[in-house]
Amino acid sequence: MSKQRILIVDDSSVMRKIIERSLRQAGLEQAEVVEAGNGIEALAQVREGVFDLILSDINMPAMDGIEFLRQLATIESTKSVPVVMVTTEGSESRVVEALSIGAKGYIRKPFTPDQIKERVIPLLGVLR
Amino acid sequence: MNTMLDAKTLKTVRPDATWPTLLDCAAKEVFKIMVQTDIATMPNSEDGTPTGDTTAMVGLAGALCGVLSIRCTSHTAENITGRMLGTTGAVKPSEVPDAIAEICNMVAGNFKAKISMLAEHCMLSVPMVIRGDDYEMVTIANGAHIALCLEYDGKPIWVCLAAHP
Repeated sequence: MSKQRILIVDDSSVMRKIIERSLRQAGLEQAEVVEAGNGIEALAQVREGVFDLILSDINMPAMDGIEFLRQLATIESTKSVPVVMVTTEGSESRVVEALSIGAKGYIRKPFTPDQIKERVIPLLGVLR
Repeated sequence: MNTMLDAKTLKTVRPDATWPTLLDCAAKEVFKIMVQTDIATMPNSEDGTPTGDTTAMVGLAGALCGVLSIRCTSHTAENITGRMLGTTGAVKPSEVPDAIAEICNMVAGNFKAKISMLAEHCMLSVPMVIRGDDYEMVTIANGAHIALCLEYDGKPIWVCLAAHP
């Protein structure tokens, strides 16, 4: 089995570390995790390499998670990459907007490692 | 147009007597899940003034306009950061404001999620952090103000909501 590549997009470096730790606890010890601090940095990353999964915040400076999703949908090579939103956003309309653009799910902060595992592992199709 | 802030449909949500309890609950849930710590309401703190040299703030706009802040000492902030990251040693100084800002952001998000009209019609700003304690927070005249003093490892953490009238 090849090593998964996962992109974590969040303006908080602490939150990126917490998400990465949760992924490791979920059984993805070998995954290669790449970080981006906003949508612009994330787009640069997806243009440089292939990812198996993207976890993205919604509220970020420079380019938020919704605009990042829109941009992602225009790139042929990234259309099939599953994206899960990880956000404090309690608005159902924002979440619905993200899902309508192509997000495969969302996790609301605060979250437990188990919630990360439940949402992420099925999308990767491993460790069932 | 962002439908969350559409002026034609936007209704102002007024604070009510349940909000202190909801804010208290929102803060305790965030600390329980993200810091793996039970925090308690600090006794006899009703008339206290928030203190501490680390303050995180998140703005709210829409059906409720105001600021939610969390204030504590830098030592407490470092301790919270370490527990969030699961580290036993020293944390990087740059991670402390980041962690406290994120806690503040999650408390604000969790609080508004508990109030149906706010969940859909109130947006949060990107958080910011003030370092230092030589300042005075002047709340908006006639606006509602909720100040909760919570106990973390025996030290106070202030969770405050200042709302526009």
